[in-house]
Amino acid sequence: MSLDTQIATLRADLSAAIAAAGDEAALDAVRVAALGKKGSVSALLASLGSMAPEERKSAGPAINGLKVEIAGLIEAKSSQLKSAALDARLKAETVDITLPLQPAPTARGRIHPISQTIDEITAIFSDMGFSIAEGPDIETDYFNFTALNFPEGHPAREMHDTFFMKPGADGVKKVLRTHTSPVQMRVMQKTNEKPAAGYITPAMDPPIRVVMPGRTYRNDSDQTHTPMFHQVEGLVIDKSSHIGQLRWVLEEFLKAYFEVPNVTLRFRPSFFPFTEPSMEVDVQCDRSGNEVKIGEGSDWLEILGCGMVHPNVIRNAGLDPDIYQGFAWGMGIDRIAMLKYGMPDLRAFFDADQRWLDHYGFRPLDLPTLFGGLSS
Amino acid sequence: MKFTLDWLKEHLDTDASPDEIGKTLTLVGLELEGMEDQGKALAAFVTAHIVSAEQHPNADKLRVCKVDAGTGELIDVVCGAPNARTGLKSVFAFPGTYIPGKDMTIGKGNIRGQVSNGMLCSNAELELSNDHDGIIELPADAPIGVRYTDYAGINGVVFDISITPNRGDATGVYGIARDLAAFGLGTLKATDMSPVPSNGPSPIAPLPHQFGADEPKAIRKFAGRYIKGIKNGPSPAWLQQRLRAVGLRPINTIVDITNLVSLGWGRPLHAYDADKLNGQPVLRNARNEAFDALDNKVYTLDETMTVIADDTGPLCLGGIMGGIRSGVTDATTNVFMECASWDPELIARSGRKTGIVSDARYRLERHVDPALTEPGLELATRLVLQLCGGTPLEPAISGEDVFPDTVVEFPLSEVRRLTGLDVEPMVATAILSRLGFEMTGKGDTFTVKVPSWRPDVTQKADLVEEVMRMVGVDNVPVEPLPRLNHVAPRMLTTIQNRRRIARRALAARGLDEAVTWSFISHDEATRFGGGQEGLQLTNAIASDMTDMRPSLLPGLLAAARRNANRGLANLALFEVGQVFLSDAPEGQHTYATGIRTGTARLDGSGRHWSGKAEPVTVFDAKADLAAVLDALGYDIDKVQLFAEPAPWSHPGRGGRIAQGPKTLGWFGELHPAWATELDLDFPVAAFELDLDALPEPRKKPTKTKPALDLSALMPLTRDFAFVVDKAVTAGAILKAARGADKALIRDVNVFDVFEGSHVGEGKKSVAIAVTLQPTDKTLTEEEIDKISASIIAAVTKQSGGVLRT
Repeated sequence: MSLDTQIATLRADLSAAIAAAGDEAALDAVRVAALGKKGSVSALLASLGSMAPEERKSAGPAINGLKVEIAGLIEAKSSQLKSAALDARLKAETVDITLPLQPAPTARGRIHPISQTIDEITAIFSDMGFSIAEGPDIETDYFNFTALNFPEGHPAREMHDTFFMKPGADGVKKVLRTHTSPVQMRVMQKTNEKPAAGYITPAMDPPIRVVMPGRTYRNDSDQTHTPMFHQVEGLVIDKSSHIGQLRWVLEEFLKAYFEVPNVTLRFRPSFFPFTEPSMEVDVQCDRSGNEVKIGEGSDWLEILGCGMVHPNVIRNAGLDPDIYQGFAWGMGIDRIAMLKYGMPDLRAFFDADQRWLDHYGFRPLDLPTLFGGLSS
Repeated sequence: MKFTLDWLKEHLDTDASPDEIGKTLTLVGLELEGMEDQGKALAAFVTAHIVSAEQHPNADKLRVCKVDAGTGELIDVVCGAPNARTGLKSVFAFPGTYIPGKDMTIGKGNIRGQVSNGMLCSNAELELSNDHDGIIELPADAPIGVRYTDYAGINGVVFDISITPNRGDATGVYGIARDLAAFGLGTLKATDMSPVPSNGPSPIAPLPHQFGADEPKAIRKFAGRYIKGIKNGPSPAWLQQRLRAVGLRPINTIVDITNLVSLGWGRPLHAYDADKLNGQPVLRNARNEAFDALDNKVYTLDETMTVIADDTGPLCLGGIMGGIRSGVTDATTNVFMECASWDPELIARSGRKTGIVSDARYRLERHVDPALTEPGLELATRLVLQLCGGTPLEPAISGEDVFPDTVVEFPLSEVRRLTGLDVEPMVATAILSRLGFEMTGKGDTFTVKVPSWRPDVTQKADLVEEVMRMVGVDNVPVEPLPRLNHVAPRMLTTIQNRRRIARRALAARGLDEAVTWSFISHDEATRFGGGQEGLQLTNAIASDMTDMRPSLLPGLLAAARRNANRGLANLALFEVGQVFLSDAPEGQHTYATGIRTGTARLDGSGRHWSGKAEPVTVFDAKADLAAVLDALGYDIDKVQLFAEPAPWSHPGRGGRIAQGPKTLGWFGELHPAWATELDLDFPVAAFELDLDALPEPRKKPTKTKPALDLSALMPLTRDFAFVVDKAVTAGAILKAARGADKALIRDVNVFDVFEGSHVGEGKKSVAIAVTLQPTDKTLTEEEIDKISASIIAAVTKQSGGVLRT
């Protein structure tokens, strides 16, 4: 048999065997039978050594060509087999990606609307240069009433529905603060320069700009009153602040808080013992639908009380009311939260019903900022 | 306070429309709460006659009435009022009539098997007063089937305003008119209060004031007048209508006059039937005696309350309410009229003590113009003579009024200083003059004499308010508060920031934030370490809200119980709020406290295809606690951890964390006995963290972080297993291992813990992985062996255990 015939036969047989190999093992067997030490192509190559130089000159390239060709075929087949195997594996590994996840922790946990509202208030007022001040919930009669110009026996004192505490270790009968206004006095009065506890804001010198959020208590309960509620108080004391500026602060705050381009406020002269002149403020709103819309409509809704800090209060703080002046205001945090977010019943705020919290609560990373928008 | 347009116009000459008046009332600080044209609102109600009233066969409290409403046929009406009786004339609403006091439209109905085609109405249902004790009772001679508004003269505009406690002067229509006139809405009309000549000496002498030196004395000045030979009886229609329109029930002419003066001028009066007095009346304090008041209730009066008394006993609780015994009736022929001034504080105190709410108390505790005591009596006398005839005798006057006589030096620039409003001096002085302030001086500073009816005005700021409310606050120009001229510094304190961060960190771990009551029941407070005297309320609103909470756990556990009762037993809840360890300011701390119940773990709760959630354990609570600490900048592995659980915790599944002497918090599974007692039949894991106990971060001069050492050398790990007594803690083993070579050991972790017979009774195996980080060169086998040996030595020495081989 001539060498050419031999090569041609071998090429044909091996090509067929490679094509027929069903998996990597069969292909490897073909490889060993052809290109292994004792393989048919290797044997042919080995035969070169016994050839005459003339003959070798033409046979060499022919046999080597066969070897390269077969190796290439095996390589291609191997790659094809691998790819098919991978496809089969991937097919077997397919899952149902519509299976539901467990909700992520961040999708489950919610921030209470009161905390969110306090954060919103804080964001707005800190931009206006106000810091946050605090005082204790269990107050002395002095800070809750007397220092704030509530005369003993005055009907205004009665109107506060005060909770009284039994006398404690010091024998003093305290009250649960009926408003956040005692913090005003603590912020102004030198006796509070070194407060007993770290959370109590120490007295500061004018100019003063603080807001004072916190829990307050009154012996009262119905759909719009709970014995515990939250108030935020604001105080500005310097040598020039007046009602024109108070109007600006309140208008700007309410616009920012309710996220509306305009609010219309109505200031009504009123009475609070610790301010003079005193005013109640109504905000214009639309109550025709199911929700209250601030910044439009023709109804009025009472939203806060305010006024110039009473000269007696400034005096009680140890300041001269002919030199120092300023304004204060107070409003219900729960109330403005209800107005903005539409909760119908105040009592539900304190019930910790998981369904309520999940519905009215805020996402953990919904951080109210002015640069990102108060509410998203 | 309610008043009609007609009534106002008696004191104010004005062309202003009701709308204009309503708006102005609010602007000047007399907030308009309601304004209605009663004639229109109540036009559908008619007078009617109850021809018969019989017991409802199926309801004890109902009556079946046949009503004649002038239609020519009798109408069946079921009525629940106790006074619905045969023969009574009352007010009727046909089906389809809107009932304002109930905010509903009455229809045809069937009440417990009896047809009812309409409704007999009370004053409350017509919103004429709060009186809902029964249906309206009309006199026997009232016509049938006419409009009630026409019959009762309720056909005008009625204003309802709220009066702030400082404005005693505005509790009468006259005072309201004065404010409106000062605003410029008309001219105030004067009332003739000049003395009415007397016709002989009074049989009642000026009332002696019988008070001890130390006794509280509510009476200041008592003015009384005996008027003999009057003819009492129903008052004229105009007076009855006027009183009805504002919700008062006409009684008889004399009583109606006292109400007219009280509401018209804010000057309460009282009238005694002089023939019912036993001896000379005196003023004294009560002596724990019973008093039959005009509201048909019996009160026990004590020695802090001033009464007008005769030889029999109290006739009248001074300034608050008269008594039945000396009450004026249609038959009264000799009357003793009283106009007295009182100490507002003592009136308020007696009012609170007795709980009596009366028009007299309302005015007198707000301060009534002392200059009106005698003129008020003259006015009353004049009205009695006009309407009842009779002969006035000498007034009987005793005591002294108290006049504040306040004079304020008032620079007009104060208006600008406090409000930012520029008011022309002419305008400001005119306003104050119209309000009754006497102004002397010129230029900028005036000496202002405050009128006797405005004791609330004592200083400059009060006068600024008077000017401002008349100019209108809306006219004060809005002016920006100057903004900071620098970037805002930090506005929150450490504790304020901690609260914010703790909340967000816990919510991010799937816990819902709750806000629960600051007060809990005494039992719960005591159970959780509170309940001290100074933390108890004297006037709690409910028995489960009596004590300030010593812990947030009771509130959260109660919430868990409520939620479980609604079918939500897998709950993750937290609260960041105040707890009260004493009534002193420093006794108030902020805690971050969280609970997980059922299977509410970090990865989710309940059944799920990816695997069933296991019940919560102490480690879920520990992980939440660690997460809050981390968010606040503290590593739970670097604070002290003690196996000293809180009282509420399972004794073997809970712990305490501390920093030096300060306890920072607790974590654990709820004690099974507590769970049973608190009615919680599901697993609970909880933690408490005292945010105030965490040390204040040290203020560093620089925020630079320590240099980062990124080693090029590979870290390597060696595992060790120790058999130790069961009581030896993993924490102790980790601490010992870490201490073996502080330079090279970067991390030690526990990767396996097990117990079983093959490690021995009372023993356990703890396997740790130690990561070594070479610093300057690769470690040789010898060096690694050396470190391993020192780790083994340290752990076995510390734990008393052995290396497991």
